[in-house]
Amino acid sequence: MSEVIVITSGKGGVGKTTTTANVGTGLAQLNKKVVLIDTDIGLRNLDVVMGLENRIVYNLVDVVEGNCRIKQALIKDKKYPDLALLPSAQTRDKTSVTPEQMKKLTDELREEFDYILLDCPAGIEQGFQNAIAGADRALVVTTPEVSAIRDADRIIGLLEAHEIKQTQLIVNRLRMDMVKRGDMMTVDDVCEILAIKLIGVVPDDEQIVISTNQGEPLVGTDAMAGRAYANICKRLLGEEVPFLDLDKKENVFTKLASLFK
Amino acid sequence: MALADFFKKKNSGDVAKDRLKFVLVSDRANCSPEVMEKIKNDIINVISKYMEIDAEGLDIQITQTESENNNGSVPALYANIPIKELHHSSGR
Repeated sequence: MSEVIVITSGKGGVGKTTTTANVGTGLAQLNKKVVLIDTDIGLRNLDVVMGLENRIVYNLVDVVEGNCRIKQALIKDKKYPDLALLPSAQTRDKTSVTPEQMKKLTDELREEFDYILLDCPAGIEQGFQNAIAGADRALVVTTPEVSAIRDADRIIGLLEAHEIKQTQLIVNRLRMDMVKRGDMMTVDDVCEILAIKLIGVVPDDEQIVISTNQGEPLVGTDAMAGRAYANICKRLLGEEVPFLDLDKKENVFTKLASLFK
Repeated sequence: MALADFFKKKNSGDVAKDRLKFVLVSDRANCSPEVMEKIKNDIINVISKYMEIDAEGLDIQITQTESENNNGSVPALYANIPIKELHHSSGR
């Protein structure tokens, strides 16, 4: 049975697109058929993060308006044949697509893919409404900062109102060195405040910047953030990857961080 | 020693958590300042029947408080109502 998952955050710049790219690639590495949809119309980004920007012919709006068939607009990943991207339109605006059209599109894609991941735009306007329209499940990305958490809380409320069955939290860009100093909220603090189930913690990792520069997702590599994304993918499939591991990892993160000081 | 410092000072992580808890309570309650003003006026009207209160000094806000029967915290309406004078009816 296929699943439609929206990756959202409210606030911009917390790592939705990076998360979508890495979770999508990670699921493909676990032999799942995955399609990524960039729903941020007018601010196309997922294509460059995936390194597929040169292959775009048609886009989401073309599909919705019937200018092409879905298959024509899907871009196959460089490494994983079962991973595809449906890019957003760069020259249109958010009102070009309606929630009903998005729901119809995701339902059609269910027939071919195991996982349909929607990269949601920042904000709570139409772009957000479009992205969540057909979703079964949501991953809320936040960083341990007041502004991101406040927006995440608002998003969680809206997801509840839309009766999204399962909403889980990813705490992104955690800096263990700062947590140890008491200058960053802990993962427990964030979970306590937002009161939803945690599915992953991704450390602040400069490898992410490098991988984005190169257009190759980090998941599957030995980098700390890459491992964190791989764990999130396993948990998405229902595997119990113990959070006990997290403490260990955090210790390693601290050591790593101290190396860079 | 670092650990001792950790417990002594209120570090910015805790400040962030406390500020967030506070702001989210009013976000979630979805209480606009106008609604709060109405609640405040109604409270003044009710209490004024029984005692003379300082309407200027009255302060109400929605905060988080420890729940009495379990360990979680619950939202609470906090009201600070300065009394100017109790009416004589209280001695009846």
